[in-house]
Amino acid sequence: MRQNFYRGNLQFKDKLIGFDYFLVFLILILGVISLFAMYSTEQGNFGYYTKSHLYRFIAFFIIFLIVSLFKIKFWFRSAYVFYIITLLLLFAVDSFGVTASGSKRWISLIFINLQPSELMKVALIIFLARYYYKIPSDNVTNIKYIITPVFAIFIPVILVASQPDLGTSLLILLGGISIIFLTGFRFKFFLYSFIVLIFLMPVGISLLKPYQKSRILTFLNPERDALGAGYQIIQSKIAVGSGGILGKGFLQGSQSYLDYLPEKHTDFIFTLFSEEFGFIGSLLLLTIYILIIFRITKIGNSVKNNFSRLFCFGFATAFFIYVAVNMSMVLGLLPIVGAPLPIMSYGGSSMLAIMIGLGIVMSCKIHEQEEIN
Amino acid sequence: MLSSSDGLQNKSKIITSRMFIISSLKLAVFIAIIARLFYLQISENIKYRSLSDKNRLREWKIAPQRGIIKDYFGTDIAKNTQVFQLHMTPEDVPNLEELFFKLSKLIDFNDKRKKNLIKKLKKRKPWETIIVSDNLTWEEFSRLNLFLHETHGIKPVVSVDRKYLEDKSSAHILGYVSETSVKDLQNSKLLREINIPGLKTGKNGLEKYLNERVIGKPGLQRFEVNSSGKRIKELKQIQGISGQDFRITIDQEVQKYTSGLLENKSASVCVMDIFTGDIVAMVSNPTFDSNKFVYGISQKEWDLLIQNDKKPLMNKSLSGLYPPGSTIKPIVALSALENDIVSPKLLVQCKGFIDFYGHRYHCWKEKGHGYMNLRSAIKQSCDIYFYEISRRLGIDRMSITAKDFGLGKKVFSNFNEEKSGVVPDTKWKLNNIGTGWVLGETLISGIGQGYFQTTPIQLCLMIAQFANGGYQIKPRIIDDKYELQSTINAWREEFSSINNNLYESNSGLKKLYRNKENIKFVNEALYGATNEPLGTSFRSRLKNKKYMFAGKTGTSQIRTITEEERKLKLKNIDLPYEKRDHALFVAFAPYKKPRYSISVVVEHGGAGSSGAAPIAKKVLKMVLDRHQLRKKYQLDLFQKV
Repeated sequence: MRQNFYRGNLQFKDKLIGFDYFLVFLILILGVISLFAMYSTEQGNFGYYTKSHLYRFIAFFIIFLIVSLFKIKFWFRSAYVFYIITLLLLFAVDSFGVTASGSKRWISLIFINLQPSELMKVALIIFLARYYYKIPSDNVTNIKYIITPVFAIFIPVILVASQPDLGTSLLILLGGISIIFLTGFRFKFFLYSFIVLIFLMPVGISLLKPYQKSRILTFLNPERDALGAGYQIIQSKIAVGSGGILGKGFLQGSQSYLDYLPEKHTDFIFTLFSEEFGFIGSLLLLTIYILIIFRITKIGNSVKNNFSRLFCFGFATAFFIYVAVNMSMVLGLLPIVGAPLPIMSYGGSSMLAIMIGLGIVMSCKIHEQEEIN
Repeated sequence: MLSSSDGLQNKSKIITSRMFIISSLKLAVFIAIIARLFYLQISENIKYRSLSDKNRLREWKIAPQRGIIKDYFGTDIAKNTQVFQLHMTPEDVPNLEELFFKLSKLIDFNDKRKKNLIKKLKKRKPWETIIVSDNLTWEEFSRLNLFLHETHGIKPVVSVDRKYLEDKSSAHILGYVSETSVKDLQNSKLLREINIPGLKTGKNGLEKYLNERVIGKPGLQRFEVNSSGKRIKELKQIQGISGQDFRITIDQEVQKYTSGLLENKSASVCVMDIFTGDIVAMVSNPTFDSNKFVYGISQKEWDLLIQNDKKPLMNKSLSGLYPPGSTIKPIVALSALENDIVSPKLLVQCKGFIDFYGHRYHCWKEKGHGYMNLRSAIKQSCDIYFYEISRRLGIDRMSITAKDFGLGKKVFSNFNEEKSGVVPDTKWKLNNIGTGWVLGETLISGIGQGYFQTTPIQLCLMIAQFANGGYQIKPRIIDDKYELQSTINAWREEFSSINNNLYESNSGLKKLYRNKENIKFVNEALYGATNEPLGTSFRSRLKNKKYMFAGKTGTSQIRTITEEERKLKLKNIDLPYEKRDHALFVAFAPYKKPRYSISVVVEHGGAGSSGAAPIAKKVLKMVLDRHQLRKKYQLDLFQKV
């Protein structure tokens, strides 16, 4: 139907109609919940973290809208540029970065401290979506088409890992691999790589920093060092477990209120939420995340071009990985690696990257009829 | 183009099918996360909730109030009083130096206290409240309150602490409390359980003996704390339970009066009810101020107490060991009579000295007493007579009687500091000295010299058991209604069987004699010693029948008198203080219807007749005057059942 009047250019009004309002609603809901959680980390004060989280959310939501309104072809054309700029920023971090708590992750850009590794999460997906959109599935396994993606993935992964930020680099890697999987890369190659990985494990472990090793050992047995490395995971489990079915109530989370929770603003925000709102609240939050992923996947299904499809599926998968890794981590299912919870966690770059990604997804949706040749 | 389009169609199919695989994986992972949430929040909820509470809640104990100790008439002799304390929370103090300077202007806060405080501060967390001073005067307290707005982080607090009477006469009985030491904690399970910093604990005397009962149950304050242990808010407060109150048998008025009589003397006076065993008075002089120990005594004051030759900290009534001297003679006489060694009619000539086994033994009376029978020998305390009967009696039989009457063993179980003394016999000497008994030692034991060591309270008990007709009694200092009731019942039973001329009684009282007449004989001789001319304590007698008492003097030598000194006829007063004899006196009163016994020991007080008996006379008069009053507080012994 629409195809009939679609001639390549959409009016602003048409674009507004084209929005997936349910997804917009889910994002706003998540934003509001994140503000309440942030307010609770500050013991019910509208303090620094809550304020700056609010301002960021407003600013990045606007960026999300702007990104959505750009034509999908614009994003398609900018894909390589976006990736290269982000990569250059990553190199810049290596030389001009700001060091905080032992690792060099941030770069100071006049008004904002940017964490390029977070942006790379989206940049890599858009790069690979662009790279693979036209390569026929049968050729994907061809060595000719493997070299570029491998470099595109491993350069940022190694850069981020050397910051050191093992968590983010693993998330980038997983995001990249998931796109390659989507393109139809043969199963047996994944199987082979997995076997090789197993054999490379000891080498990998020997390259880990002592604190990273201790994190893994601690994950396997938190009581090993209950007041040191195991402290975070033990206290996080206590907080979640003590929440029960209905939680301790808003602003009543004693574990966070009394400072037993480490990094409650960032990686452990779900712990705080879960302590205060219990099993029911956690299910609700999880449902919102599942719905967002579902919506993105649905958009990916409805689009005409494979660039949009690959990006949407890739981003949905990456989004899923962030949520799953963060939750598994605070629930003691995975070792502690720095992995923020999308939108909920305090942190500008992470939220910016997610909002840009969602914006591009929304652009895909608005321009779902567009073909890219 | 078409094939390319087909390829793309095919590609999107592959992408979609791959996405389906990934989505299934996602579903599986989310289910795993939900399962984990279910496990933590629902299955294991109770475990984690209690762990969270363990994190969040801390309890602080509040020191309980000690029980009050009252005298026989209900006067509080160890009570609790409001004290004004100054608490400080270091983290709330903006500038410690400035605060210390201000404090030095407002209260007694010198450099030494400052140093101690800084030392304490280093060991504590900055949010833990510390006691800067725990005995502010009212003036200091009100001054602090006035300037409170200028000083941050300090808090004047009204609290409760131990307070003893100004009159220090009962200090030795009560002992004192002071801050709990590591050693106290090691020795007491209860103290370890209570475990409150700054808790005062009894160090000696009754405060120590009754400690676990007067200490009370601590209260509780439950706080919510943060991860660094700082108190956030109080959730609950449980009031502690004050310790048990106790009444003791002491008459504080008699204590005070007696203490006054002993001024400047190093002495002990014990007064006992001869039936119930109630200690009416137990004074040791010089004494000390128990209050000074409550907040930690200063080194200077401690040194003064420790270096004083008259040993103010020692309870001489319980821990002072003295040769009994002639006060042992009633025991020797009784032992000789009971064992049928001598007849009261036995005459011995006293020439002032006697030679035995190549050694000369002297009587205190240089010229000699002439011919003496047993009664006159007791009355005039003739040493020669007692050399003779102890020689016939032998040390082992003498020692049995002495031990029966309570010598050589502790009178109470209540006091750590009590000594048991020594009643020598052949076996004792072999075990403790390692050599065999020498006959000469029997002679000097017969006049209470040599190895004999007794405490004043033992002598008081000994004479009490003569006075009550030869029955064993158990002295007590803590009043206990049930115990008293059973004692009174026993005596009533005994009296009624005596009145009905029954040979046997079921009173349960233990008789210390074989023949009642022997006890009567000794008591009658003691009457003579006080109330007849030539009696050793004749000059200290009370003529009024109501007060008339019977007693035995004792003068115990603490050095061997050489023959040269004997020739010089040195009087005690001419000797240096520490070489003078101890003066002793034991008595009971009133003679006709005895009720109280007394022992007086004055260290280096010279002769018993002049150094000790006059004090006993005054104390006995007061005790007898207060008897009617005392009777009101207990059941009448002589009431018909």
